[in-house]
Formats: sequence, C-alpha cells, structure tokens
Amino acid sequence: MAAVPSAPPAYVALPSAGIRLLQLAPWLLVACLPLVLPGYEPLATQVFVMILFALSLDLLVGYAGIVTLGHAGLFGMGGYAAGILSVHGCTDPILTAACAMILAAVTGVVFGVAMLRTKGLTLLMLTMASAFLLYEIANKATGLTGGEDGLQGVSFTPVLGLFAFDFRGKTAFFYSLAALFLVFTFVRALINSPFGWSLRGIRENDARMAAIGCPIMQRRVIVYVISSALAGLAGALQAQATQFVALHSLSFELSGNILIMLILGGSGRLYGAFLGVPTFMLAQDLLAKQDPANWFLGLGIILIALVMLAPGGILGIAERAVNAVRTRSSR
Amino acid sequence: MTTTITILFFGIAYGMILYLISVGLSVTMGLMGFVNLAHGVFAMLGGYATVTFMNRFGVPFLPALAIGCVLVAALGFVLERTLYRYLYGRSELDQVLFSFGLILVSVAIVRIAWGPLAQPIHLPGYLRGEVKIFDIALPAYRLALVGFGTVVITGLWFVFERTMFGARIRAAVDNRAMAQSIGINTSRLFAAAFGLGTGLAALGGGLGADVLAIAPAYPLQYIIYFLIVVAVGGLGNIKGPFVAALAIGLADTACRYLVPAAGSIFIFAFVFIVLIWRPNGIMERR
Repeated sequence: MAAVPSAPPAYVALPSAGIRLLQLAPWLLVACLPLVLPGYEPLATQVFVMILFALSLDLLVGYAGIVTLGHAGLFGMGGYAAGILSVHGCTDPILTAACAMILAAVTGVVFGVAMLRTKGLTLLMLTMASAFLLYEIANKATGLTGGEDGLQGVSFTPVLGLFAFDFRGKTAFFYSLAALFLVFTFVRALINSPFGWSLRGIRENDARMAAIGCPIMQRRVIVYVISSALAGLAGALQAQATQFVALHSLSFELSGNILIMLILGGSGRLYGAFLGVPTFMLAQDLLAKQDPANWFLGLGIILIALVMLAPGGILGIAERAVNAVRTRSSR
Repeated sequence: MTTTITILFFGIAYGMILYLISVGLSVTMGLMGFVNLAHGVFAMLGGYATVTFMNRFGVPFLPALAIGCVLVAALGFVLERTLYRYLYGRSELDQVLFSFGLILVSVAIVRIAWGPLAQPIHLPGYLRGEVKIFDIALPAYRLALVGFGTVVITGLWFVFERTMFGARIRAAVDNRAMAQSIGINTSRLFAAAFGLGTGLAALGGGLGADVLAIAPAYPLQYIIYFLIVVAVGGLGNIKGPFVAALAIGLADTACRYLVPAAGSIFIFAFVFIVLIWRPNGIMERR
C-alpha cells in the first residue's frame, strides 16, 4: 500500500506586527518586477489572476473538502458579467468587478444549494454539469456572448478615473496585483477565523461536526458562495486585463487546469496557489509552444506521479524534507 | 410520425452506445468506490483499435471490433494491477487527479500516434444504406447498433444474474468485507471486473465510432455523458444505467432535433433536477 498522505498543517499563523511588515516584502518585490523584466507584465497579470482563481478553489478543495470540477463556470460567469456590462456601457472597472462578484455569488447560491446536498460521485458530476450548462448557454446565446468567437468590444475606463489600461499592461499588472493582495489578506483571515476552522472540521469528519451542533449544509453553502464570488472576481479581472472574454473561460479544461495548478503547489496550505500557478504557467509557456501533445503528456505523467508518490504537492514535499531534517538533528 | 420514429430510433441507438460504455464504469465504481474519470479513455482506445485494424490491416468490421475489445480489456486489466489498485483507499481528490492525469497521457499519446484529426470509420456494405420496416426507412447502422446492444445487454444480464462470477460481484458490491470473509478473492474479482468493464467500453467505442467521433479529445468531451449515466442510474448495478442511458439518449436526441438552438442545455438542466430529487440515482435500493 502507498503511504497515507499526511494531513496538511493545521494552522497558518497570524503574524505579529513586526513580522507582518516583513511579510509585505515579497509583495513589494513583485511590484518592482516591471523594472527588472519589462515586457512581462501581461504574463505576470495572467499569473496573478490565476493565483486569485486558485485561492478561491483552495477554500473549497483544500479547506472545506469539496472537490469541484466546474469552478471555471463561476470564473467565466464573472468574466462574461464584466464583459457584457462593459459592452453595454457600464465601463468602470471596479464597479463591473463588484457586479461580476455579485452575479457569480448568486450563481453560487443557486448551484450550491442544489448540489451540496449530494456527495461523492454525484456531487462531482453535478459540479461538472453546472459548468457544462453555463458553457452551453454561453455557446448558444451568441447575441449576448458572441458564442464561439468570444465577446469582443470589451473596454474599460481608467481605474479610479486615474490609471488608464495601457497596451503594455502596466495598469492591469498593478490593478490585479492589488486585487490579489486584498483577496489573499481576506482568505488568510477567513481560514484563521472560527468559520475557517469549522470548515476543516467538516472536511475531516462531517458526522462529528454535525454532532457538536455545526450547521454543515449552511457552512458548505456559505464557503461555496464566497469562493464563487472570488472566482467571479478573477474572471472579471481577466476580462478587464485582456479586453476579451473567450468561451474557453467556462471550459472543463480550465476547471481541470486550475485544480491541477492548485494541487501542484499544495492544496489546503494557503501558499500552494502562489507556487503551483507560476510553475504550471511557466512550464506551459515553455512546453506547449512546441507541441501541445508534449505538454499534455508531461502534465499527465506529473499528475500521476504526484498522486502516487508525492501527495501534498510542492509544499508537501518541502514539509516532509523539513520534517526529515528536524528529526535527524533532534536525534 | 416519421420524426417521432426517427427520434425514438436514433435516441435508442445512442442510448445503447452510452450504456455499453458506461455500464463498466457503474460496476467498477460500485465495486471499488473508485472515481474513474478516465473510463472514456478505454472507449476511445477501442475506437482507435477498431478503426486502425480495419483501415490499415484490412480486418473486417466485426473481427476488428473483437480484437479491439480484447486488447483494451487486457490493457485495463494490466492498469488495474499496476496502478489503480494502489489508489482504492485514497481520497476522492487523489482518484480524480490520477484519472485526470491518465486522460491527459492518453490524449497526448493518441495525438502523437494518430494526429489531431478525427478518424473516419468505413462501415462495411451491409451496415450502410437503409432497411425498410413498415414503410419507414431506417439506417442499417443504427438498426445494427440496437440489435447488437440488445444481444450484449442480454449476455451481460445473464453473467450478472445467473453466473457465479456475477453473484460474487453482487456480493462484493453489497458488502465487501463480508464477501471477503466468506472466501471471495475480492482483489482478483476487482481486476476481472475492471477488465470486463474496459472491454465493454472498448466495444461501445468501436461500435459507436460513427456516433461519437474518434478523436483525441474524446475522453474530455464525452466524460460528462458517461458520468451522468452512472450517477443517474446508480452505482454497482446494471439495470439502472440501462434506463438512464436510454432516457438520456432519447432526451438528448429529441432536444437536438426539436430545439437545435438550445443544444444540450436541457439535458444538463434535466440531470440537475433528477439528481436533486434522487441524489443516489433513480434505481436507489432502500
């Protein structure tokens, strides 16, 4: 038998004031990136958006233990909401992003209440079906969404009326980085709150959580709605940064890919998204250019190897290495 | 009138294909509790094997189908022994990721070996053309699908309900620990059932090559339909998926004919409603 994967660490500490300042350092470093690597802003923006998306998925997969294969449905929902609003004249980026979040959250309520009563295969299938349903609707409602050609003519007014979206992607870079920072801070607070702890409890043993009086269904729906809103925000940012909404943003492939990105970094670990997404996207950028088949092959093998040999992703490997060194030095 | 019969007929033929491919998934999921998203891979490989043996080596349709079925069943058996069985006790997420990885690998290999385009199947003469029954012309291929499907399903029913192998499988689905303790070798049973399920999927993939086109994206494109059949039909039995496959085949065909603008929107909405009403499938035993 393969080893049982060790449980992810239970606690991501809220830092003290001094360390909290120090923790801003990586963010500031990343914000300086355009000085060092000019021309990479659009790729970096993509990475930020996907990290945000993966963070929203981590709340479900990593913390609440809800495996979903349809998260792109909510991402695309946010993207189309922002895009369609912009085409019809509502072009303030922050306002449209907020509307996209609300719409994605409402979608999350509808699907969540319906789906989360089921579990196992049925739940998995329903999450997939929900995204397929939205995909088909977007595919057929060509008047509203542009169908297979994607939604064109999307444009936004400057952020806060000050920073116009430029073709080099500088504004989009800082705008999405700021959004990612806010979402990260929010998610970290959320998972350290009693609510976040109840999610872990439900993940580990829902019968016991029910026995101590935790309203499981309500908690699961709430986290699903929060995650939906964040996924919708990621979709909206994508639409704003690229001025385009593709049908691909609702696809099963994206749902699968974002799950892989999260798992690659390590789910239920908060920082997994920050490691997995850049690794995945850089590798994709390098390999898929030559031949998509090679990329699929490599990715598939990595995925199988990850499950068979290294559950917990990159962070899981790092944790085990640290633990091994510790036990050796304490001996 | 003719439209109704056409829809009924095409829907049943489509349902038969869905059933052949999905029934193995239902049995293996019920037996091992394994979420195998990669089941469509075996149907695709069955299709590729059939087409290749026909086009490249000039093997007739039916023998090519049989060769594909046996080869893929053997592959399924080997994969079960070497990879799948180590993951039975693992979390649902691990199983999903593993089978998704398998899908990606198979898509890549098929793309490298056969290229990105769909493989055309050249049906033998007796399956082309039409057959007249009561003055209504029915395509021979789909008639053969229905006939062949009926034969396989009858055989499967016989194996499941009337043989020792079937009784063992039913016992292990009901209570694995108890089945093991009365001397059933469940590990070997799993491998045999997995091989059988993948062989049937290959048969469905090969037979249905004209309905579900054989292309590298096959396992990603159709997986949702196979999962719907299993989820709606219920796990670990062979009757439920049959009803579910026919219902979905008919409903999907009817939607495509009558409301082409809506595509498959209705079918997904319908599945949502059914599963919210009966989360464990329509054939739930109490």
